[in-house]
Amino acid sequence: MEFLNYFDNVFTVYHIALLVGGTFAGIILGALPGLSPTMSVALLIPFTFHMKPESGLILLGAMYTATVAGGAISAILVNVPGAPANIATALDGHKMAQSGKAKNALHYCFISSFVGGVFGVFILIFFTPPLAALSLKFMSTELFWVAILGITIIATLDSKSVIKGLLSGLFGLMLATIGEHPTNAVERFVFTDHLESGVHIVVGLIGLFAMPQVWNLLENFYAKKNQVFSATGDATLIQSFRLVFSKIKALSIGSIIGSIIGIIPGAGGQIAGIVAYDQSKKVSSNRENYGKGEPEAIIAAESANNSMVGPSLIPLLTLSIPGSPTAAVLLGGLLIHGIFPGHDIFTKNPEVVWTFIDSLIIAQILMLIIGLFLSRHSKWIMKVPDNYMAVGILLLAVFGTYSIQNNYSDVLIMFTLGTLMYFGSKAGFSPVPVVLGLILGTMTEEKFLLGNLIGNAKGSAFQHFTSGTINIVLISLCIASIVYGVYSSRKSKKIKA
Amino acid sequence: MKIVNITKLALLAIASLMLMPAQADYPEKPIGVMVAYGPGGATDFQARIATLASGKADLIGQPIYILNKPGAGGRTGWNWFASEASQDGYMLGAYNVPHFIAQSIVFDTKYNIDNLEPIGNWGADPAVLIVGKDSPFNTVGELLAHAEANPGAVTISGAGKFVGHHIAFLQFAKASGANLTYIPASGGVDALRMVKAGETVAGFNNLSDSARSAADLKILAVADLTRHDYLPDVPTLMESGVDVDDSSVNFRGLMVPSGTPQDVVDYLASKVPAMFNEKKTQGKMKSTNSPSRVMSRDEVIAMWNERQAYLTELLAGLK
Repeated sequence: MEFLNYFDNVFTVYHIALLVGGTFAGIILGALPGLSPTMSVALLIPFTFHMKPESGLILLGAMYTATVAGGAISAILVNVPGAPANIATALDGHKMAQSGKAKNALHYCFISSFVGGVFGVFILIFFTPPLAALSLKFMSTELFWVAILGITIIATLDSKSVIKGLLSGLFGLMLATIGEHPTNAVERFVFTDHLESGVHIVVGLIGLFAMPQVWNLLENFYAKKNQVFSATGDATLIQSFRLVFSKIKALSIGSIIGSIIGIIPGAGGQIAGIVAYDQSKKVSSNRENYGKGEPEAIIAAESANNSMVGPSLIPLLTLSIPGSPTAAVLLGGLLIHGIFPGHDIFTKNPEVVWTFIDSLIIAQILMLIIGLFLSRHSKWIMKVPDNYMAVGILLLAVFGTYSIQNNYSDVLIMFTLGTLMYFGSKAGFSPVPVVLGLILGTMTEEKFLLGNLIGNAKGSAFQHFTSGTINIVLISLCIASIVYGVYSSRKSKKIKA
Repeated sequence: MKIVNITKLALLAIASLMLMPAQADYPEKPIGVMVAYGPGGATDFQARIATLASGKADLIGQPIYILNKPGAGGRTGWNWFASEASQDGYMLGAYNVPHFIAQSIVFDTKYNIDNLEPIGNWGADPAVLIVGKDSPFNTVGELLAHAEANPGAVTISGAGKFVGHHIAFLQFAKASGANLTYIPASGGVDALRMVKAGETVAGFNNLSDSARSAADLKILAVADLTRHDYLPDVPTLMESGVDVDDSSVNFRGLMVPSGTPQDVVDYLASKVPAMFNEKKTQGKMKSTNSPSRVMSRDEVIAMWNERQAYLTELLAGLK
C-alpha cells in the first residue's frame, strides 16, 4: 500500500493545476485528428524540460490518459476517430449520435474509460513484478500471432459482406507494404518520392475516415439534405452511470483485454479497442445490435483503450521496454529527467514514480469530470451546418496530417486515400478493415520476418513459430476466431432464410 | 501625432535594413534544426539539450527550434534537408554518423558528404556487445567459441540496417571470421528488448542505453578505441582480441546544406562548440546519460572523410 503515501505530493496547487490543464488540453487534443496520444505526449516533452521530474511526468501522464479518451469525442460526433485506439468506438458511437443520442454515447464513453483506466492503474500498482516477467515472454513470434488474431476479425467488422470486408482488409495490408522493407531496408512500391516513408498509420486513419466524411457532408449540403439532429440525447448522469454499470460483462471484457494488451510490448490501444469490441460482441446478448448503435460496444472499446494505459507502463518502468507506442515516447520523457527505468526504479526513485502513478488515478477522475462536462455541450457540434462542418474537418485533417511528420507528401497521401475511400464507401466498402489492415499489416510483416530470421538461425522457423505456451494459446485463439466467424455467419443466414 | 511617429519608425526600419548587408545581421531570427527521427528518441532529445543555450548573446544569439521529419530510417528527413532546406543558415540539420554516410553509399539518396557541410559535433555513443543476464557467455571469446561450433546460430540484434549497430556487427563478423546472423529490429529499444528477453543470443546496442539497463544485461565489450567512462570495467573489442575500431560509434552533431554562405558557416562553426560545452548543457547531458564529445568543424570534416572511405570499402559487397 506504499502508493497511498504519495498522494500528498499530488495534491499541491501546482500539480493539481498541471493535472487539470493537462487533462483538459488532452481531451481537446485527443479529439483532433492527427494529434494522437503518441503525438501529443511527444510534443509536450520539450515543455517539461525545465520542470521537476515528478511535475513533468504528472503532466505527461495526464496528457496520455486524457488524449486516449478524447479521441472518442470526434469518433462519436463526426465519425472521425481521434486516434487509432478509437476506431471501434466510431462504429457504434457515431450511429448513436446520428439517432440523436450523442450525449448518451459520450457519457458511456467517459464513464467506461474511467472504470477501465482506474482498473489499469491498479493492475500497475499491484501486479507489476509478475506482469513484467510475462511481458518479456512476448517476442516476435508471439506478436506475429497477436497480429494474425487481429486479422481474423477484420472481415466481419462493419462490412456489408464478408467478401467486401476481406477485399478492404487486403487493400489495407497492401498499403502496409509500401516503403522500407522491415529487415533489409530496401524501398518497395515507392513509385514516387511521396511514398518514400510509406503510409503512416495515422495519415491513413485521417484520410480513410475524415475525407469521405468531408465529401459526404458537401454532397448533403448541395443536395439540400441538411440533416438536423433535433436532440442529442436526454440521458441524465445517473441513468448513464446505471446503464454502464449494468453492462458488467462488456466492462470487464474491455478492462481485462485492455490490460493484457497493455503489457504486450508495442501493441497498444489501437489493438486493444478492436479486440475488446470483437470479444464483447461474441458473448453479448445484443450481438445483432452491434454496429447499429449498441452502448455495450462503446463500453467495451473505451474501457479497453483506457485500461491499456496503466499496464503499458509496467514493462516501461521496470524493463525500459514500452508497452505501447505512446509509452515508447514517454521513455524519452523519463530519460530527459534522468529517471532511468529498471527493476530498482521503485527503490531508487520512489518519490517520483509513486507520485506519478498516484497522479494517474487523479487524472482518471479529472478526465471523467471534464469529459462529462464537455458532453453537455456536444449539441453545439451536432448543430453545425454541413458546409461549415466539412470545411472544419478538412482544415483539421490537413493540419493534423502535416503535423505528424512535418511532411507535405503525407497530406497528398491522406487526400488520395480519402477520395478513393469516398467512392469505395458508395460501393459498400468500410474504412475500418482498411485501416486495420494497415495497422496489422505493418506489425505482421515485421514480426514474421524477424521471427523467421531468428527461427532459421535456431534450426527451424516453423518450429520457432509453433512452439511455446503463449504461441499455442494464440494459435488456438486464431482458429477459434475463424471457426466462430464462419459458424455465426452461417447461423445468421439461416435465421434470415 | 501617433501616425506620424509610426511612419517615422517604419521609414527608419526600412532605411536601416537597406543600409546593412544581409549577412552581417545573421542570425536575426530563430534557427531551425531538422532531426530525421521522431520526437522522444535519443537523437531528438539530445538535439534539444545540445542546443538549449543557443539564445545566449555570446553564443549563437538566437533560440533554436527542432523540426522532426522522421521516415525510412532517417532517409526522408535527410533527403529533404539536402534537396529542399533553405541555404541561408536558418535551417540546420542533425546528422548521425555512420548512418547517413552508410545509407548514401548503399542507397540512391539525395544526400552525401559532398552536399552537406558539418558545423560541430556534440555526442558520441559507441556500440556495445551485450548478452542477456542469464546468458552462459561471459566474454567475447566464449561467444565466438560457441559461434564457431554452431555456424549461423548466434543471432545478434541491432537497431536496423546500415546504422551504427549494423556497422559494428559487420566489422565484428569480418574481424572474427565467425558465421553470425544479424537481426535488424525496428529500432534500438526493440533490439534491446530482444537481448533482455533472450530472443537473440546477443546484440549490439547503444552504450548509453545498455549502461542504464545493466541489471538485465551483461556488457561484453565496447566497439571503440578506448574504454568508456560510464563502463570502466568493460574491455574494448580490441582488448578482447577482435580487431574492431571506432567506425561504428554513433556521432551526432549539426550541419548545413552546401551552398550556405561561407561567413554563415564560419560564424556557426565558431559558436557551436562553445554552445555544446556550456555548463548547464553539459550537466543535462550527463544527468540524462548522453555521452558527450564536442568536436570542431575541422575535426568533423576529417572524421566524415575517414568514415566515407572506410564504409565504402566495408559495404562494397552489400550493395
